[in-house]
Amino acid sequence: MLLEGKNIGFRYDKGPWILQDTNIAIESGEVVGIMGPSGCGKTTLGRILAGYEKPYEGSVTLNGAPLPQKGYNPVQLVFQHPEKAVNGRWHMANTLNEGWEPHDDILASLGIEKAWLKRWPNELSGGELQRFCVARALGTKTQFLIADEMTTMLDAITQAQIWHVVLDVAKKQNIGVLVVSHEKNLIKRLCHRVVDLEAMK
Amino acid sequence: MKSIDPTIVKKKTLIYIPKLNRRQRTIVSTVFAAMLLLAIILGGLLISNERITTNLEIRNLSPSLEHPFGTDWLGRDMFARTIKGLTLSLGVGITAAAFSVLIALALGMLAATMGKRIDALISWLIDLFLSVPHLVSLILIAFTLGGGVKGVVVGVALTHWPSLARVIRAEVMQLRSAEFVGISRQFGKASWWIATRHIFPHLIPQFFVGLVLLFPHAVLHEAAVTFLGFGLSPQQPAIGIILSESMKYLSTGMWWLAFFPGLALLIMVRSFDILGDNLHMLIDPHRGHE
Amino acid sequence: MSLASPIKKEQESFHIPKQQKTQRVMKLAEAPKQIKPILEVQDLAVSFSQYTEGLRQKELEVITNLNLSIHPGEVLAVVGSSGSGKSLLAHAILGILPSNATVTGSISYKGENLTSKEQAALRGQEIALVPQSVNYLDPLMKVGKQVRTAVKQGDAIKAQREVFARYQLQPQVENLFPFQLSGGMARRVLVSTAVVSGAELIIADEPTPGLDAEVVKEALNCFRELADKGVAIMLITHDIETALSIADRIAVFYAGTTVEVAPAKDFTGKGEALRHPYTKALWRALPQNDFLPIPGFQPLPNALPTGCLFEPRCQQAAPQCAMVQPKTRMVRNGMVRCNHAT
Repeated sequence: MLLEGKNIGFRYDKGPWILQDTNIAIESGEVVGIMGPSGCGKTTLGRILAGYEKPYEGSVTLNGAPLPQKGYNPVQLVFQHPEKAVNGRWHMANTLNEGWEPHDDILASLGIEKAWLKRWPNELSGGELQRFCVARALGTKTQFLIADEMTTMLDAITQAQIWHVVLDVAKKQNIGVLVVSHEKNLIKRLCHRVVDLEAMK
Repeated sequence: MKSIDPTIVKKKTLIYIPKLNRRQRTIVSTVFAAMLLLAIILGGLLISNERITTNLEIRNLSPSLEHPFGTDWLGRDMFARTIKGLTLSLGVGITAAAFSVLIALALGMLAATMGKRIDALISWLIDLFLSVPHLVSLILIAFTLGGGVKGVVVGVALTHWPSLARVIRAEVMQLRSAEFVGISRQFGKASWWIATRHIFPHLIPQFFVGLVLLFPHAVLHEAAVTFLGFGLSPQQPAIGIILSESMKYLSTGMWWLAFFPGLALLIMVRSFDILGDNLHMLIDPHRGHE
Repeated sequence: MSLASPIKKEQESFHIPKQQKTQRVMKLAEAPKQIKPILEVQDLAVSFSQYTEGLRQKELEVITNLNLSIHPGEVLAVVGSSGSGKSLLAHAILGILPSNATVTGSISYKGENLTSKEQAALRGQEIALVPQSVNYLDPLMKVGKQVRTAVKQGDAIKAQREVFARYQLQPQVENLFPFQLSGGMARRVLVSTAVVSGAELIIADEPTPGLDAEVVKEALNCFRELADKGVAIMLITHDIETALSIADRIAVFYAGTTVEVAPAKDFTGKGEALRHPYTKALWRALPQNDFLPIPGFQPLPNALPTGCLFEPRCQQAAPQCAMVQPKTRMVRNGMVRCNHAT
């Protein structure tokens, strides 16, 4: 499997270009980091690759074919702020099972307590919510995971916990991971290779 | 300079007065409003029309045990007239408020989902209605439709939706761009599924609070437009009619003619207002626990 | 008034002149002994009344037994994960907690107990907040004007232009509205506001979230400079790296209390110099160190253990740890709340 962004350009209406002529390719099982200063379009590129935004120019392909328009998207995105990524009026159990039904061992390895499933999102802290968001995104149909500053708001211990599980599952299910982060040390620790977005411009 | 002991407690809960919290107050106001509603409706149904027929032998009586609100210049019992009037006002108010909320919901959702043109049109309509005082547009609409119950209901329904429509439009727009809705789409959920599971549940509280808050306004405006003579016809026992007729007799010292019906109207409107405010605060996630 | 002036004089004598900047690490290692703290928090507890089921309200303790002090000229970093209560501490000091919160314990400023009335008077004057979110800027006012309104004495326009120049904000920035600023610029505007206010204590609540290294460094250097001029800085963050880059001492929060307050230099190597097992685990979990997590999670405020708050996750836990919460004690020039710390 190959997720490819070719000659991607992006801007809002007639605004300044956020991305221009950007090329990126990730293979299954690979862990790739994107680096670059804030405002260089890291997040936008992640959103485009996951199908949240349409590129203004260029194309995103999965094994040569465009991303599916309907059904489960094999490219899943995990956001920076889990509080916004869950519906405040849903119990955590419903949120967790929205895309697929994660089995118990994945919940256990992420440290998700059974009792949390009956809670509302505002009764859990950001670190706990993010565990749910990660479990939710690691479905069996997921082939690529884009982590947009996924652990930036979390403490070091929770960050290490979550990443160990993600890398583990990615290896088992042969998922390609794109790590969008401003933390050099984290990218150095996690990634097989690093793409410098600034250098590409 | 006074010496301050640094170990003293900074802020303590004051002496505990058994104070009701907001949820308890909401329950109390709900019960009160419901009882009031029930009393008015039952009263309206049970009180026979005899009490409000003309009986010249008991004209112009001041309040007594037999006629708690007194009687008018035609010998009609004012208590019975007030209850009958309130029943009518209630019916008109609820119908008008319900229509108004439905209009707000429909237009608010259309504005947020049907593209820029429709949004611009609806936003323009909202601004237009908000820029003209309610009462003026209400009088115009009611007058054009020839007054009566129909005129008042349509008039109130058509003038009260804009502020709620604006709230709903903003809410739907915010929800549509929410991250959890985007994620749901990436899981392959259909638009209809997302609308019913993710978006509607957030609108239901707005809907009910809107209804409860609009209702007293509708009642008050119905009374106002009727008082001014553009609303219900003089044959109908409406509060607005009672008040406008009583004005002529106030100078003769018959204060009870306007006082009790006015007070009853005020109590009913205010109790629903308080109920609406409490509900409004409770559904606000930032203030719900205060 | 009569109270404030002598203290103020005392305060001024603590100013660390700029020339001594190079010696600051040494100076501050001793500082806590010589200088009286500008802010002292003792046994602070913050609880919220919350609806549990139906009509009942329950008190939920979010901060318990919190002790902390900060001295003039010092940067104290408060580090903790989300939900550890670190932002609430800032709000408690400034007196801007929501109305369903109850505060017990004492907060004293310049040796004087802070009441909510004094908090209101000091807020924005002597104690300034650099907020977490850019949303705290008035969206309808040009940023230059906003910064000027914070100036208490002297020429407001001049002060604002000087501070913008210092933080490398172009002169035309003063005519921009908040939505026209980039994240980094907005941060610097927020810091400028705190700087021109002439505050003696600045509380920065997560001032650099998700910013890249360059911008973070820039913003943090502003704080360091201020501290070197004698201002006390409380830097609240979840990121140890950020904290270490400028802080003199680091207070580590866990589940609503301070488990350790250590000099920044103790955060080195494998964390042998650290005192509390949680701090050690936090240090080792950094990607540039071992990246090794410990199992478990921070307990939620409604399910706090009776004993040591870290006991369920602690490898050294002994039966006594589960009985009562350990008292704070001084170990090797740092504060710790652990029975085993040596």
